Amino acid sequence: MADIKSFIDNEVKSNDIVLFMKGTPDFPQCGFSGQVVQILSYLGVPFKGINVLENPELRDGIKTYSNWPTLPQLYVKGEFVGGCDIVREMFQKQELQAHLKEAGIAVNEAAAE
Amino acid sequence: MASLTPPASTRKSRIEAALLAELSPSHLSVIDDSERHRGHGGWREGGETHYAVEVVSAIFEGKSRLARQRLVMGALKAEFDSGLHALSVSARAPGE
Repeated sequence: MADIKSFIDNEVKSNDIVLFMKGTPDFPQCGFSGQVVQILSYLGVPFKGINVLENPELRDGIKTYSNWPTLPQLYVKGEFVGGCDIVREMFQKQELQAHLKEAGIAVNEAAAE
Repeated sequence: MASLTPPASTRKSRIEAALLAELSPSHLSVIDDSERHRGHGGWREGGETHYAVEVVSAIFEGKSRLARQRLVMGALKAEFDSGLHALSVSARAPGE
């Protein structure tokens, strides 16, 4: 378990945006994961998608790491942002765009206005 | 002889009871969405896997989205530990 924790720790700290999800960005295997992929793609921000279905230890480990019982889970600059509901609400209220900009991540301007 | 065994509680009723007890909501709606996710990941025969809750509570005032959702999920830990798979949450303070 310690290995999984350090794996997650390393991923969220070495990538600006990490999405722990079911399936891959190209082929999400869960509607909630798919929604977050769509939002990030619309904003034109690069992100690393990590498929938890490939590793049961990771699937459990990320829930413990974030103290959050569901997937997907979005991290920006090492900080947990939320799951599908929160990401969607933030996006609709332009707060996600602002959050990303504050983190120094360029957002597709057409999508940010 | 009539059985004295109480009827098995549904997950919906347990979710309602837990949220009422922990969040004193002025509005609460719990919808079992499991059927809509038939065949998706995490779904299983018998359902009781996917829910959507709407909670309005003064407890949420001044709290971030993350903090609000953590309160809701924290109240339902026993359900997550026993097969609750997905929970869509709307958590608002009165007047929002």
